[in-house]
Amino acid sequence: MSKGSGSARIQIEGVEKSFSLDGGSMAALVDVNLEIQAGELLCLLGPSGCGKSTLLNIVAGFLPPTRGRVLVDGTPVTGPGPERGVVFQEYVLFPWLTVQENIEFGPRLMGVPAARRREVVARYLEMVGLSEHAAKFPLQLSGGMKQRVAIARALANNPSIVLMDEPFGALDAQTREVMQEELSRIQRLEHKTIVFVTHSIREAVYLADRVVVMTRSPGRIKEVFAIKLPANRDRFAAEFTHYESEITQVVKEEVAKAHP
Amino acid sequence: MIRSLALLTALAVWAAISYGNRALEVTNPVLLPTPGEVAAVTVALARDGSLARNVLVSGIRVVEGFAIAVVFALGLGLVVGLVTPFRLAVEPVVEFVRPIPPLAFLPMFLVWFGLGETSKVAFIAYTTFFPMFIGIAASLLRVDVMLLRAAASLGATRADLLRRVVLPAAVPGIVVSLRLGFGLALFVIVGAEFMGADAGLGNLIMEGRTFFNPPQIVMGALLLGILGSLINGLLLALERRALRWRLTSGH
Repeated sequence: MSKGSGSARIQIEGVEKSFSLDGGSMAALVDVNLEIQAGELLCLLGPSGCGKSTLLNIVAGFLPPTRGRVLVDGTPVTGPGPERGVVFQEYVLFPWLTVQENIEFGPRLMGVPAARRREVVARYLEMVGLSEHAAKFPLQLSGGMKQRVAIARALANNPSIVLMDEPFGALDAQTREVMQEELSRIQRLEHKTIVFVTHSIREAVYLADRVVVMTRSPGRIKEVFAIKLPANRDRFAAEFTHYESEITQVVKEEVAKAHP
Repeated sequence: MIRSLALLTALAVWAAISYGNRALEVTNPVLLPTPGEVAAVTVALARDGSLARNVLVSGIRVVEGFAIAVVFALGLGLVVGLVTPFRLAVEPVVEFVRPIPPLAFLPMFLVWFGLGETSKVAFIAYTTFFPMFIGIAASLLRVDVMLLRAAASLGATRADLLRRVVLPAAVPGIVVSLRLGFGLALFVIVGAEFMGADAGLGNLIMEGRTFFNPPQIVMGALLLGILGSLINGLLLALERRALRWRLTSGH
């Protein structure tokens, strides 16, 4: 692996994606170029349908790009892999497994011995505050709890990259802020490389090192904002709201274009 | 509570009509057996041991035929559900054969296997195979692609996906297919035994017709109903135990 300019963990090079639709084809992403550094938390922000989830799915290896490529540590992505953990918007827990079994799914596949697995599960259960619910099945949990299990499941597999697709989208405002605080606390402990898709500007400013604003469909990168705020962010600080309104301006332009 | 009340009411209606008919002679009393007559026949057949023998004979046929069908339905269902070329090859044949009422083939089974046990067992196997096979293949095909993505991003290989996602995700559908298949087996055994059998519940019913003993016909039918609902209840209970995770709710 070459260092220097190629030291980015994830390189997105000229990625385009189009879907065939009624014989024709519809462009979802056009010429996306992006480099994500190790330990960075990058938020993809844009109006709904702008292709930000599509981009995440391409990085995850679930979808092949129509043109261009994605490199992780210099190696082209050809499919999903355990070094890229995914947290889905709809949780996607295995309903026939308990909370504990869901979290140890990855370590079990990797052949981690049972004693070590128990430690890992206990640690992440505690981290997401679900220690008392280890033996429950997903159907017994609330949405917020399921999402925390999904995050624990992804992290317990120790991926160096975590891809999160609007993970807090289905949560109520209160739970959502708690989860954001949780994630930023976890990130301070674990220093993962995180790509976080959201359509909430507040959420992006709270979490991100950089916010990438995408255009309306077909999605391109419109603008990139570096958020230079301290680790423990105050949502009511002047600098915070400044970033918020600055990004809101840019996003509004796109939303206005989408609904002329 | 409501269930037993409903059953008692049905029994009372039957008693009222049959005994009423007896008293008023609206139609020939022999044609409308009373609960008492049916009970008397049941006791008589139970005493001489023929009741237990006939139930056992039918039961063995059902279990054997069902077991054979399960083996084939699981084997073929797995192959068709998991290997696309097989599915494409098998689908049109199944779609053609499936709508044929199974009873239409019953005489063929008698021609091939004679009047003995083989024809009944084979017929039950044939009838129950199709719905189970189709149900099993469908529940394998229905597995949510998101679950597969989630597992793949946790490092699952193709073999892991099959063993740890596709199969467990399909289990509820497979279990339901098997339960419905068993119910169907109880259904068709009677038909198979009508067409020449020397024992079994169907034979008992047919005997009631041959010797003009309507209470015996009614008894046979009621007995099948009771056995059917008992077995169905048992299978449902087993299903609930096996699929505990689906039925738990509340936070």
